[in-house]
Amino acid sequence: MKVGAADYLEFDKARGVYRVSPEQAVRDDVEKHYWLHVGRTIVKDWRLYLMLIPMMLVFLFWRYFPMYELLGCFKVSDNVLPVSKQLFSGFSYFKRLLLAGDSLSTDFWRAMRNTFILSFYGLCFGFPIPIILALFFNEIRSNIARSVYQVLTYLPKFMSTVVMTSLVTMLVKQGSLTTGMGIVSQFLANIGLISPEVANAGLLNNPSFFRSIYQISGIWEGAGYDSIVFFAAIIAISPTSYEAAQIDGANKMAQMRYVVLPSILSTIVIMLITRIGTLLNIGYEKVLLLYNPQTYVTADVVSTFANRNGMGTGAGTGIAAAAEMMNNVIGMLLVIGANTIARKASDTSLY
Amino acid sequence: MKRKLEISELIFKIISYTLLTVFALCCLYPFVYAISASISGRSAVEYGSVVLFPKDVQFEAFAKMFGDNMFWNAYSNTLFVTLYGTIWAMFTSILGAYALSKRRLLFRKFFNFFLVFTMWFSAGIVPQYLNYLDTQKVFNAIGIMDDKWLVVIAMGMAAMNIILLRNAFEGVPSEIEEAAVVDGASEFQVLSKVYIPMSKSTIATVALFFAISRWNGYFWARQMISNSNEHPLQVFIRLRLEEYTDPEAMSGWNEAFASDSVIYALIVCSIVPILIIYPFIQKYFAKGVNMGGVKE
Repeated sequence: MKVGAADYLEFDKARGVYRVSPEQAVRDDVEKHYWLHVGRTIVKDWRLYLMLIPMMLVFLFWRYFPMYELLGCFKVSDNVLPVSKQLFSGFSYFKRLLLAGDSLSTDFWRAMRNTFILSFYGLCFGFPIPIILALFFNEIRSNIARSVYQVLTYLPKFMSTVVMTSLVTMLVKQGSLTTGMGIVSQFLANIGLISPEVANAGLLNNPSFFRSIYQISGIWEGAGYDSIVFFAAIIAISPTSYEAAQIDGANKMAQMRYVVLPSILSTIVIMLITRIGTLLNIGYEKVLLLYNPQTYVTADVVSTFANRNGMGTGAGTGIAAAAEMMNNVIGMLLVIGANTIARKASDTSLY
Repeated sequence: MKRKLEISELIFKIISYTLLTVFALCCLYPFVYAISASISGRSAVEYGSVVLFPKDVQFEAFAKMFGDNMFWNAYSNTLFVTLYGTIWAMFTSILGAYALSKRRLLFRKFFNFFLVFTMWFSAGIVPQYLNYLDTQKVFNAIGIMDDKWLVVIAMGMAAMNIILLRNAFEGVPSEIEEAAVVDGASEFQVLSKVYIPMSKSTIATVALFFAISRWNGYFWARQMISNSNEHPLQVFIRLRLEEYTDPEAMSGWNEAFASDSVIYALIVCSIVPILIIYPFIQKYFAKGVNMGGVKE
């Protein structure tokens, strides 16, 4: 609220002088005794603040305290002393990871590259497919048939990551003396897409298949479910728009281009920006469940790299924290950048 | 008015139906295969002759699994974590979201930022692990020896869900609250008698999100729960998978069914309960997706 001079002063006719207006006197009082005012408001509404406490404590203990532990990346970590008592070591871990050129450093760069590649492929393949699915759903006029298709395609979303990866592991597993290979590898070998020897060695043991398996299982799991939001945007289009386009002689492509696309563009933009914002939050659980030492070349991402080094018998928590620090800071910059663009480009801001 | 489909529209319709059918079958096939493989005979599974329908039907793989006490243990642990975890998360989230939805709350912007920041920046796995280890020490010191409670209380909070709840509470017209206050309702009565009933569907959706993430929780349960009797189902499945896909450990397998059948049976058993409740929760799920668009 803007306050002009007229709000500060008022003319006292009896004395013939200007004096501070009563409203301003109240404002001055609040300003002067700000914390008293805060205290009174809190006491009056104490129940609200009481309600806030459990949630704030949960977030403080298990979201913000780990961030404090993350500062261990600037300290000499020895896994014995708490972070506050460790010696300061500056950027030595970062230098070690980025510049040392030893095997740890090359592993880190590999993990960084894999993180970007996996998420970029996810964006390229995982993002358009739900839109296409939604367009297809829109073609089905019968409600019952559409529900059946939708239920079938949402289905894989309801499995946990563990069950999904177990199923994937079993479907492409290696053959051995006693058991044959998984049914999907068998199928791929039969149609000649891969050689039987490669299929028999197990696709999950082969670094050149990890990315495909990761993306295809991701599409299998999420495409149907992700199409819901696009489908909702498409069915919101009024049928009269199509009719008008048809009367004007638009064929299907033209209808897509001039009716459907403009109507769902804002949804697409919002979803794309959300997606870019979470680009680096690779589901580490899924990678962890699918990879093995043979496929580290293409499968190791920063989180799993940190996990191996910080929680097992690796290079220590300081190194791991430094790796995660870099990943998370880049991730945060992406989120904030994506949001700023969202706010500028459309009126909808995400957070 | 019905008009004839133009040729391009017809082509697109045909393509849609074909590709959708293919995709839907691809989505369905692994489940069908899992069921068939779990009840097929040993040689049929091992030599890959099961393609769609079961062969030499046997139910011993299921029998073996149902006879395993650890399996039932794991199931009950998962139910425990899901039930109490959802209750705890909903308790803290509803109270917090209600307070945050009030414009008269002082430092509201700060509190909101406190939440939203955790969506932008997370500490990462290793710092979280160190933090959970400390938490475990504290819990043990105050007498909570069961690590399941650690999973229930310390894990699984999501800022996103709280913001969904907050937005729903903000959508409740303030006149109704004022009317309740005039009638002498206290703050807690306003919440329980006005706000919760008026945002029932959002609450159901958010509870569902929490429940699903609890049911599916694997990584931290495996890291933090050392006692194998306390393992939830997901950890149990993973450990069995690791054990049963190790060719050396399985070389001495001499049951009448394939070792793979046990894994498939496990997978089927973990999906079936979800399939049973799926029709009831599906609409909330679809609703949750479209609730996006969070504003600060």
